[in-house]
Amino acid sequence: MYPFEIKKPLSVDDAVAALGDEEAQPLAGGQTLIPTLKARLAMPQVLVSLSRIAELQEIEVANGQLLVGAGVTHADLSKQTGSYPALADLAAHIGDPAVRNRGTVGGSIANNDPSACYPAAVLASGATIVTNLRRIAADDYFCGMFETALGQGELITGLRFPVPLAAHYEKFVQPASRFALVGVFVARFAQDVRVAVTGASEEGVFRWREAEAALADAFSPDALAGLTVSAAGMIDDMHASPAYRAGLVATLTKRAVIAAG
Amino acid sequence: MTQISMIVNGDKVTDDVADQLLLVEFLRNNLGLTGTHVGCDTSQCGACVVHVDGQLVKSCAMFAVEAADAQVATIEGQAAPDGTLNAIQQAFQTHHGLQCGFCTPGMVMAAAALLHEVPKPTESQIRTYLEGNFCRCTGYQNIVKAVFAASGQDVNLIAGQ
Repeated sequence: MYPFEIKKPLSVDDAVAALGDEEAQPLAGGQTLIPTLKARLAMPQVLVSLSRIAELQEIEVANGQLLVGAGVTHADLSKQTGSYPALADLAAHIGDPAVRNRGTVGGSIANNDPSACYPAAVLASGATIVTNLRRIAADDYFCGMFETALGQGELITGLRFPVPLAAHYEKFVQPASRFALVGVFVARFAQDVRVAVTGASEEGVFRWREAEAALADAFSPDALAGLTVSAAGMIDDMHASPAYRAGLVATLTKRAVIAAG
Repeated sequence: MTQISMIVNGDKVTDDVADQLLLVEFLRNNLGLTGTHVGCDTSQCGACVVHVDGQLVKSCAMFAVEAADAQVATIEGQAAPDGTLNAIQQAFQTHHGLQCGFCTPGMVMAAAALLHEVPKPTESQIRTYLEGNFCRCTGYQNIVKAVFAASGQDVNLIAGQ
C-alpha cells in the first residue's frame, strides 16, 4: 500500500472540513475502497475515516419512514426485520458475513456500483439521500455507473426510506463476487408501485416503468405476462450476455412480485 | 506514524504504525502473529478473518489505526495456554476438516463467529455463513462436518453421511 494519512473526525462537521482538501476521500467501511487503493485505481493522499462519527450510526423509525445513518453496516441493517423486512433481507445477503460487518449503506450508495444491491432498494423505495448540504430524491441521485449527484466534498449522512406496504428484492447472484448479476427490487405503495433494477444496465440502476404501470393496475405476476425489457444497453461481460440479463430482469421481477405477495 | 493500542488475544499491545498499514500486516509483521494468513489480499478468500470487538472482519480490508482501542481475537488465542485445542479446533482435527491447512485459521475464526450467533446451526446455515471463506482442497464437506460437530450436533445428520 502506498503512504497516505488517515484522519478520524468525531463529527460530520469535522469530516466535511477535512474533506475540503482536494486530495481527501471519505473512508466508510472500506470493503470496496481498500481493494481499490491496493490496485491503485484511486490514490487519495488523505482518507477521512467516518467510523467514529456517532451521528452516522443511528437507525430510527418515524412517520412510516426508516431513517438509516450512512455509517450503519449491512449487518446492523439486516436486523431491522420489523421495520422494513425487504430492506433487512437485502442487507442480510450482501457479500459475506465479514463484509457485512464492515461495509456501510452510505458507502455503497456513494460508490453506486452498477451491480450493488442498495441502489435498487433506494430507487424502488423512493428514498431520500440526506447529505451535509441538502436532500436528494433517489430519482435525481443516480447518474450512471459509479456516478452520483454528490458534489466535491459533499457527504451522505443518512437515508430516509418510505416503508412500502409490500416489497421484495430478488437477486440472481454472481457466485464468485456475490454481487447481483441482476437484482430487482419491487415496492408496492398505496398510490403506486416502483420497480428498480440493478446489475443489468450500463447506465447503472434504473426504474422499469412499463412493469410499474402494469403492476399498478394489478399487483400480480400475471400482470407482467409478455412484458420484456430491451437487451440494448445491457451489460455484456464474461458472466452474462445482454440478452441473458434482459431475460433475468423479467423473470426476477415476476419472482419479486410473488414473494412480496 | 500514529501510536495505537489494542487488546490482542487478551494482551494489550502498543506500537507506532503508518496510517496505511493493514490490520493483517500489523498482526503478522509487528506482533509476529502469523497464524492469520493472507490468501488473496483482495478481500475474496477469507483466510485473514479475525474478530474485532467480537465481529468477524477481513483483516486485509481494515487499517490497523481503525482497530485502535478494539478487542482483537486471532487464531493464536483460540487454544488454551497449555495448547489444548478449543472445541472448534478439535472438531477440525477429529473430522479432518482440512488438507493443506492454509484456510483453516480463517475457517476456525468464521466458525467461532457463527456459533456465537447461532449455537446450533443447520448444515445450510453453516454453508451460507462460510461463503466468504475459500478452501481449494477439501470440497468443504469435512469443514461443514467439523463445524456441525463443534456445535454439539450429530454429524450423521448431515447430507451425504
